[in-house]
This record gives sequence, C-alpha cells and structure tokens, in this order.
Amino acid sequence: MQYHTPASFDEATALAATATGTTRFLAGGTDVLVQMRLDLVTPDVLIDVKKIAGVHDIVREEDGGWRIGIAVTGAEMSEHEGLCRDWPGLVEAMDLVGSTQVQGRATLTGNLCNASPAADSVPAMVAAGVEATVTGPKGSRRVPVEAIPTGPGKTSLARGEMISALHVPARVRGGGDAYLRFIPRTEMDIAVVGCGIDLTVEGETITGARMALGAVAPCVVAVRGAPDALVGTALEDAALAALADLAQAACNPIDDKRGTVGFRTHVAGVLARRVARIAYDRARENQ
Amino acid sequence: MALDEYKPQKGGEEFETGHDFKYVGTSPDRPDGFDKVTGRARFGADMSAPGMLFAAIVRSPHAHARILRIDTSRAEALKGVKAVVTRADFAGGLSGETWNVLENVMAGDTALYDGHAVAAVAATSALIARDAVKLIEVEYEVLAHVTDVDEAMKDGAPVIRGGAADGSVPEGLHPNVVRYHESGHGDVEAGFAEADLVIEDHFRTEATHQGYIEPHACLASLGSDGRGEVWCCTQGHWNVQKLCAALLGLDTSGLRVTASEIGGGFGGKTTIFIEPVALALSRKAGRPVKLVMSRSEVFRATGPTASASMDIRIGMKKDGTITAADGVFRLQGGAFPGAPMEMTAMCAFACYGLKNVRHVGYDVMTNRPKQAAYRAPGSPMAAFAVESVIDELCEQLGLDRIEVRLKNAAREGTRSSYGPRFQRIGLVETLEAARAHPHYSAPLKPGQGRGVSCGFWFNFGGETSVSLALSEDGSAQLMVGTPDIGGSRASMALMAAEVLGIPYEKVRVTIADTASLGYNEISHGSRVTYASGLATIKAAGDAVQKLCRRAAEKWGISEDAVKWQDGCAVPSGPNAGDFDPLPIAEITASMGATGGPISGHYEATPEGAGVSFATHIVDAEVDPETGKTSVVRYTVVQDAGKAIHPAYVEGQYQGGAAQGIGWALNEEYIYGPDGRLQNAGFLDYRIPVASDLPMIDTVIVEVPNPGHPFGVRGVGETSICPPLAAIANAVSAAAGVRMRHLPMSPPSILAALEKQAHA
Repeated sequence: MQYHTPASFDEATALAATATGTTRFLAGGTDVLVQMRLDLVTPDVLIDVKKIAGVHDIVREEDGGWRIGIAVTGAEMSEHEGLCRDWPGLVEAMDLVGSTQVQGRATLTGNLCNASPAADSVPAMVAAGVEATVTGPKGSRRVPVEAIPTGPGKTSLARGEMISALHVPARVRGGGDAYLRFIPRTEMDIAVVGCGIDLTVEGETITGARMALGAVAPCVVAVRGAPDALVGTALEDAALAALADLAQAACNPIDDKRGTVGFRTHVAGVLARRVARIAYDRARENQ
Repeated sequence: MALDEYKPQKGGEEFETGHDFKYVGTSPDRPDGFDKVTGRARFGADMSAPGMLFAAIVRSPHAHARILRIDTSRAEALKGVKAVVTRADFAGGLSGETWNVLENVMAGDTALYDGHAVAAVAATSALIARDAVKLIEVEYEVLAHVTDVDEAMKDGAPVIRGGAADGSVPEGLHPNVVRYHESGHGDVEAGFAEADLVIEDHFRTEATHQGYIEPHACLASLGSDGRGEVWCCTQGHWNVQKLCAALLGLDTSGLRVTASEIGGGFGGKTTIFIEPVALALSRKAGRPVKLVMSRSEVFRATGPTASASMDIRIGMKKDGTITAADGVFRLQGGAFPGAPMEMTAMCAFACYGLKNVRHVGYDVMTNRPKQAAYRAPGSPMAAFAVESVIDELCEQLGLDRIEVRLKNAAREGTRSSYGPRFQRIGLVETLEAARAHPHYSAPLKPGQGRGVSCGFWFNFGGETSVSLALSEDGSAQLMVGTPDIGGSRASMALMAAEVLGIPYEKVRVTIADTASLGYNEISHGSRVTYASGLATIKAAGDAVQKLCRRAAEKWGISEDAVKWQDGCAVPSGPNAGDFDPLPIAEITASMGATGGPISGHYEATPEGAGVSFATHIVDAEVDPETGKTSVVRYTVVQDAGKAIHPAYVEGQYQGGAAQGIGWALNEEYIYGPDGRLQNAGFLDYRIPVASDLPMIDTVIVEVPNPGHPFGVRGVGETSICPPLAAIANAVSAAAGVRMRHLPMSPPSILAALEKQAHA
C-alpha cells in the first residue's frame, strides 16, 4: 500500500489519475479506516488530503456564502459562529455523525463522498443548496451536491477527480433550515430516515422551500414538489399534510435490518412535518 | 473463641439485631480503580511475549455446510506463516459437553452456523495472519439450515445433528429437540376451573448478546513437553485450564492459566472459544501465540443467550388470588444442546406461592452459535412472559399490580414452584418498599405508562478456595480464585478487613492463577461475594485464630483465654490475665521467630447461597407517530441480604436494568434468509448508549441470608430478571397495545398500533 500526502490539489489529482489498483482519498478516515479494518476495502493507494493548503478553513465568500474546506471536521463546523448562525440545520446534521471523538475527525466532504444513502449531512446540504467544486486533471467544475452520490458507495467523480471545496450559499433574510433523522436510540446510530429542509418566509408566509430525504432511496432524494405544498402557506395543517404526502411519495426504500419499507415511508412523513415546523420558526426569527 | 464474633452459628440472622460493622457496608474506592483509570490495568489483549505470533481464524460463511476439503497449502507457503491448525490438531475421543465445546471451538465434518471456526493460522504479524486466512481454501457442500426455534421443531425442518437428543425427550418430537423438562405440582386444570379469569398468551424473545466491551483475547504458549501457560480474559480460569487440557490432550496441572483484568463478561466468558486454538497453534509453531477476536467474531461466534417462544396461561380469582399457572418454554441455544430451558421453567413462577403449577421446557438446536450464559440465564424471558400475563389479569380485573403480587408472593416456608420450600427470602420486603417508593405513586404525563415486575434468581455456591497471608508489617495478602467481574476485590478486602480488624487499604486482593490455589468454580451464578466472601471470612478467621495462639504463647496463657478485637489480641476477660492489647503488626513482626509465617486458608463448596428477588418500577413514553420508546424513570428494589459494598451493589442493580432496557427495546440477533447474521457489530446490534438511559434509582433491601456469615445474597443476576417484563408492561400501557414480542423496536410498536387501529 502506498500512502501519499500531497501538498496541492494538482499533486493530489495527478497521483489519483496515475494510481493503479484501488485508490482512496483519506480525510478524517472515519469511513475509510473502518472499511479497511473490516476488510471491505484494501486500498493500494491512499492519498491523505489533509496536508493540502487551505483544506481546514471555513471562509466567508464575497457574496456572504461559506466555502468549507474538504478537511473541515464536524467539530470545527459546530464551533464556527457564523456558520451556526446562518445554517443551523446543516451544522446539526453534520453534528449527528458519530461520537464526540468521531466529530473531531469526520469531515463534511467525506460524509458526501462516502456516498451512504443514510449520510446525515447530505439531505441537509441538498436542502441548503450546497455546491461542490470538483477538481481533476482536466480542470475544475462546480456541481450541486446531489449530483455527487450515484448509489450506495458510488459517486459521479471520475478517475483522478476529487472535491476541492464545498460552497454553502449566502443565508438570505427570512431563511431557516433544519434537519432531523430517525434512529432507534438517542445517538451513535445511523439514520433510518433523514430529512433536511430550508424555508424562506416573508412575515408568516412561506416564499421558498427546499427539502431532501435520506435513507429512503439509493441516493439522497430531493423532494421537488416541496414548494408546491408550502409556498404561499403559513405552514397550516393542510400544508404540513401535503408536505408529508410528498415526502412519502418520494420514498423508494428497502426492507432491511434497520427498518421496513412501510416504516421508513411512514416516518418520512412524520419527519417532514416536524422538520418543517423547526425551520419555519427559525426562518420567521431571521427576518 | 474469637472467630465466633464473625461466624454466628445462626448465620446472618444476628445482623438484623444491629450488629455493628466497621468496614462492611461502606463504599471505599475499588482497589483496581487506579490501574483502570490510568491504563495500567492489563486486559486480555495487553499481554505480549518474546517471539510471539499472531493468530487469525477461518470462519464458515454458511449457516450449515458439510466441509468437503480444507487446503492449507497456499497459506502455509506464505512468508511469515508459522502454523496452521484444523480439527485434526485437537484431541479425539472426547464425549459429552467437552466434545460439544471442541466441536464449537473448531468444526469437525460440518460447519454448524455462520461464523463457525474451521481452521486457524499463526504468523509473525497480525496482517500476515489475516492475509493467510484468505489463502485457506475450504470446499463446502451447503446444507439446508434453520435458525428459528419454532421452525426448528416442525416436521421437515433440517436436522442439525441426528441422535443428539437425550433420554428426557418424549417420542415423536423432531430430532432438533434435544432435551425436555417437565415439573410442577397440584392440578392445573382444577386450578383454572376455580379462576374467575384465565388469560393465555404467546410470547417471543430474540437472542441477545452479553455485549461485553472487551472482545475475547488470549496469549498462549505450549511446549512439546506438554507444559503450557495461558493468559486470557475469562470469568473462570480453572474451567479454562480443565477444558483446554481436555481439548489438547494434556494433564490438567500441566497448564497454568492466569486471568487478566476483564472488560465485562456477564456470563459470556464462562466458556472457551479461542484459548485452545492459540494453544494448538503454539504447540505446532513452538512459539507463543496471541489471539484476539474482532467485534464481528464476538457476535458471530461467541455465545448470545437463547431465544424463546413461550405460551403462558394463568388463572386468577377476582380478589387477585392466582389459582393455577402453566407455561411452555421453547428455547434454542444454537447448534448444540444447552439452552437453559429448565432455568426458564423453574424461574417462571418462582415469585409466587401456587397450589397448582406446571412447566414444560424444550431445548431446541438451530444453526446459530452455541449459546452461553447471560446474567441469570433463562430467567428474564420467563419473567417477561409471566409478568406480562399477570399485568393483563390485573388490568382486566381492575386490581393494583403490587397488591396482587403481595397477595401471591412467596414467603419463608412457601413451597416453591420448582420444588423446595423457601428459607428466609425478601420478595415481600421488595414489594412493600416498591409500594412505598414515591415513584409508584408519582403522576404520569400523557403518552407515558408505568410497568411493574418481579424477578427471581437462584444464586449459587460452588467450589471455592481462598488463601490469606499476613506480611511482617501486619498488612494482608488475600488470594481468591474468582475473577473480579463486578468489584469483588473491594468486597473481599472489606470482609477480610472486618475480620482482621485492619483498615481496608491494608488488604491487597489478588486473583490467583490456577497454580496458586485449589479449584475455584467460575465467577458465575452471582456466587462470588457469597462463596468467595464466605471463604475469605473463614480464611481470615483461620489467621485470627493463629494470631491469638501466638499471643497466648507470648503471654503464657491458654489459647481459649485470648480473643481478637479491633486488630489486636486481648485477654478474653479479667480472669485471663492483665495484658496490654497486642496489635496484629507486633505479632506479625516477630512471626518468623515465633513459629513461622501466619496464613489462613479455607476450601469448601458452600451450599447456602440464598435465593434473591427484585421488584422493578418503570415509566416509559412512546412516540405514537414513530413507535420510539423513551424510558423516563426507573427504580430497582432488590434484596441484597447484606450489602458489603453498597455502591457496587447499586452498580449491579443499575447494570442489570441497563442491559434489560437494551434487551427489551432494541437488541436482537437478526438472521437473513441465508442464515447469516445481519448485524454483527455495535452499529446495528443496538445496546443502549448512555443518553438512552434515565437515572436508575435503587433501593437496597436487606433480608439476611442465613447461609452466609454476614447475610450476603448474590446480587449480580437478579437485577436483569424483572426489566423485560417491567418495560413491556410500561410500554404496553403507554402505547395502548400489548407488546408480546421482544424487542419492542419502533417498527414493531408502530406495526402493533396499526394492527390495533385496523382491528
């Protein structure tokens, strides 16, 4: 096994492009090292990205958005005042991953690239409209995060490509986000259903809505009809019921040891209602 | 004589009348605490030896498969591999349970469950050993499998092993039924005829793992001279010695076994899995071998408890009198005989004085790992089924749950449901304390429900050998042979300090290896504080007697004229003579010149372990939209006989409740249609995390056990008997639907609610 610590994205992508055998990028290692220990993956080439300049930084962009470096950990996000103020739902979602110890290592980018259908941060990122810069030997492109995972453990990143930054949009006035997941315990667990939402309001009236579900399909599911159910409403019972119906209709889950199709679908509706109430309150307070 | 002050002839009864203890009943820091918080403590995987090899085990990926061929040549050719073993490297000609243990440790002709060991390698590094495992080719013929207890009893179910049934099994049952139990007294049908209400229900519990945090680990060395050593985490190293010697064809005394510190056992470390494998590899390689299980191996191939399918029928009069009780208990314990169904049967109705009672038990084999003891093996599931039906009867007859239990409670002299009459017991006292506890009358919030349950466990004595040596400075070294799985070194030190009259800190307690003491039964059956404690008291008393003799010789008076008081020899009365008290340190300082070292010894198989009862109260809240349960309040009331170290008694109470919460709500072995374990890890095998648990309140009831000098009853196991039922009763009340299948996971509660809504 080869272990590399490139100092730049150019170097990192060049290594990845020319590597032979199984290649893995290593940030916090909370997925890769576990997979190695379980004998699920034995990389021939391991590229540690933590030495690349700037990857540990959370930077405010000129438009008021946030650029999050690919080695930024959950703990660093939770302690970042500006990010917590603007995107509490996104920060909470990442904070649900693992234990306190894991939070000191696990990264937002890693949670995305591991491509687990149950990744907690991903529905929150989709709801927030987060984009990723994908860098490779042929240059860079910017894509919405929902374009990254393509199935359990699979991504759209081509050979030699990696994510070089995540971009969280500027928080508009009257906006609020939230994320909830269902687990049988209180922590240290994996989502049976996850639901992220971002709402904008004017007064009491919802003017924009974006919602995404996790763990109910092979990839994160953006619930496209959310604005139809919510925009123009004040989150009355009928709007919540319509949102829950949309969430349930968007589910395409499986039966497994963590939950049944029926249970996941039902709970998706429950979480959609609950998460919308939290985001609605946050949005109204943010006017 | 001095010893009599600590060994009342009437047993623990004396201590009701206000016996003053100086050390017993206090809660000092545990002697192993410093090592554990600083990392100095050495657990199973912490021991190394020069030239040590690392081992790994090849395991069956099939639930049931004939082993046609094992080709080890490619692994043996790998650089760094020093030995490969298969079943051929172990002793032949074994029978009975010893053969079962070997068959489980290393498969013979057939792999009997997913994870069954079929070969093992030792190599110069753990990574090489892991690579070598992948190079061992095993050719299997996959056979039909069965993992469910009820399915395994049906006509046409795959036969795990023909001819495994013993003589107890009636004709006409499936060959997978390997043992049968029937007991009781009275006429149950006549009893049911007297009842105003009879309820009969079916209950199921799933297999749960003991969930100890430390995986099995050992370091073994065995030479061609037949002499060997094992270092391992175990609850009973004499048992490891005996079994390993048998499995490898050695003299028992040729093997010396040392117990490491232990990161939990809960019954799961009362047998062996990897120790004989490491020994066989060491014998072949001529080097020490270390073998450490992964968590996944722990789940797949060590003992969970049995799963159960049960039918319970209880009749009750309008006034709450139970007129008859009948239970059928079917337990699977994996691909070997031994599911603790007779314990389930015998514990089921033990809390109550019954005129008419009957139990039937079936021990059923399936393609699962060999079950191992788990804290009061067999009893918790029985209490779940029985106490659920009693709860339903109380509900339908409009009776108070504690009053009904008090009305029927077993007392001193009651003929137990399993046969003998009870001696002094404390069930009534736990019920009265529960009724008086503020928890029982506290208001509930909407969506919450309260559950109550009683529970019973036998407790145990067993072979015990203890030795105590005094040092020249008057401090004491106590050697016991029961691994400390719950703070027992602190309890032993307290009891020795009490008898010797020296401070707790002056007693160092060591868990001796198998070469240093006579045979000690495993730390199980809640026996340690009872049996090793009794032996410690007597060994210390033996030393006290010798100390008194030295003082008598010095003073030139009769030995009978000396008594022991506050760590000093003193004349027993004015007629004995006028001498200043002679402190222990003065006697020991000169012991070399006055007759040699002073030690105390005791060996016995004490048989007075008092049975133990508990009553638990639980409040649970159920989210009707998701089926998720929160346990919001929990109170354990249990009879300890006498709490030697009250803080560790409370710890045992809380630990049993915590494990019960996991078993009741989320823990289960999940098998796929392919017979493979789906959740061999702590992510999907859900033991409670700290934030899942409420503060678990405890009440220590002390009804002394007449069979122990200080009145001790074992406390470790009874605490897990009531929780399943108490939580199920609370959840059923909160959800408004009766839950008869554990675990009560959110999907199962939601499904029950939906089923009820559509009914």
